[in-house]
Parts: sequence; structure tokens; C-alpha cells
Amino acid sequence: MLRAVLLVTAFFFVFIGWKRGEVASVLVKAIFVCLECIGIG
Amino acid sequence: MLRKAAQWLNLLLSNAYLPGFWLGRIYKGKLKSVCVPGLNCYSCPGAVASCPLGSLQASFGGGGFYPGFYVVGLLLAFGALFGRFVCGFLCPFGLMQELLYKMPIPRPCKRTAGQVRHWSRYIKYAVLIIFVIGMPALLAGDSGLASPAFCKYICPAGTLTAGLPLLAANSSLRAAAGALFVWKFAVAVAIVLGCLLILRFFCKYLCPLGAIYALFNRVALYRLRLTPENCVHCGDCIRACPMGVDPSHDPDSGECIRCGDCAKACKYNALHTGFACGEREAKKTAARC
Repeated sequence: MLRAVLLVTAFFFVFIGWKRGEVASVLVKAIFVCLECIGIG
Repeated sequence: MLRKAAQWLNLLLSNAYLPGFWLGRIYKGKLKSVCVPGLNCYSCPGAVASCPLGSLQASFGGGGFYPGFYVVGLLLAFGALFGRFVCGFLCPFGLMQELLYKMPIPRPCKRTAGQVRHWSRYIKYAVLIIFVIGMPALLAGDSGLASPAFCKYICPAGTLTAGLPLLAANSSLRAAAGALFVWKFAVAVAIVLGCLLILRFFCKYLCPLGAIYALFNRVALYRLRLTPENCVHCGDCIRACPMGVDPSHDPDSGECIRCGDCAKACKYNALHTGFACGEREAKKTAARC
């Protein structure tokens, strides 16, 4: 039961995030070189 | 064998943009809007998808402790389905650590059997709270940009798979490298040395992604099952475990990476790995017997 609740919540969160345009935010962050990640900053 | 194949396949699929390595630039396609389950820096020249930890830190950009629903939802889904199976089967950095430990060097102690309750195992939760959640949330500037503190100060995957290849192939980035790169390189060297001496050193003590998935291990769909009536407490499973877990005592330990080495080592058929939906069938069969 707990597993089902967790999975439904997870997919609900993904859906809400997608509706809020967060998928695009992740994409924008990821398509530029993360200078902090490589040690420049 | 199956685990190794899954690890290599996931490493290659997550880093399939091979031209990036000699061109010194990263992939910019739409696949990068999806997070892979394991630790795989999105600034690695080969990476075709995003790192869940990097994305989680970036999602704090709005300021305050409000991470993005999308990234949290993905982490929740990976955790609820697989738990730390991700660490054992899907994480590219886990594979790198296993390869490092294969190097034939003298080691003071071979395995950390029975060390699973040692306080040092909790460092990764502190790293998660301070560097992945606290600092990005508190230090997000007025511009709405969060500083990915874990990526910036600790992440060895970023230094080894993104920093070194990009700096080697891109002279303008090389010219910009300074004190922070020296710090990150020193941290990466220390972690590599740790991985040479202790199997999965980073997973055991430092990985915040492992800490997140560890929280789900007790409820995840993929489980390690113990049949107590078959167990004779011979200790073979403890000796086989790369994480120092005692599966006969606690098969749902947050430290278990579901690699299945204990089940392979068990001569009495007391341990099994698999998805929990098979549990009910197994119980029914056992009851019928």
C-alpha cells in the first residue's frame, strides 16, 4: 500500500512539475556547461 | 555477470555522446530534460541526460526550501521502484569505484564486514542535508540562481568525468581554471585513494544520492528477501557483502545496494533478490508446501 502511495505521489509530482515548466528549467541548466561542476567559479 | 552488463550498458547509454570528448563540448539535446537515476555529471562531454543531484540543487533556485516537483518526483519514483538497486546496478560512478578496487595494491583490510553501523556511514546524510539541500537553498541569490554546493566543492564525478575531459579538450576553460579546480581535484584524488583502499568508499561514506535511495530501501519494490528457516547463520553472506551489511540480520538495511552477492554466496538458498510483487506468490507457495 505504501509503495503504491509513493509511486502515485511520484508520478503526480512529475506531472505537476511538467505543468509548471520545470522540465524546461532542468533542460536549460543541463545544456550549458556547469562551471561549478568542473571546478571553475 | 548480469549486474556488470547492466552497469556497463547504463554507463554507455548515459554517456552516448562520444564526439563531445574530442570536441570539448557537451550534448545540448532535449534528452537532457530527463534525469538518469545514478550519479552522472551533466557536464560530462558524453552525458545525454541530467544528473538528479545537480538538477535537485539547481531546482532550489527560486530561493527557500522549495525544490522542484519534477526532480523530487523523479527521485521518489526511482527510490520507490528500486531503492539502492540504482547504486548496485545503474550508477556509473559505482562501476568506476568497483573498477578502482580491482587494482592490485596492498590493502590494510580487505572488507568492512560488520562495520555497517559505524558512525562514519552517517556522513553521507550530513552531506545531503548541508551541501545538497541547505547551502543551495540558503545561498540562492537574488537572481534566483542556486549555487550547487555539492557539485562545486565535493562531487568527484564532476571533476573526473566532466572537469578533466573538458579542460583537456578546451583551452578557454583551461585558462579559466583556478583555486576551485585545485580544491576539487584534491578532493577527487582523496576519494580515488579511498576507493583504492575501501570498496565503494564514496557510496559508503559520502554519496548523498545513495543517502536518498537508502531512505527508500525498506519500502522499495526491488527487495532482498530472507527465508529465515533456511538460514544457518554461517556468515558467508556477510563476508560476500561489498557494503559490510549482515543480510541475515537486516536484509532491508539502507546500506544494502542490492548487488545480490550475498544471495550468490548463500549455499542454503536463504537469500533472494527480486521485485516485491513476487513476494506474495512466494509466500503462497511456501504456505501450500
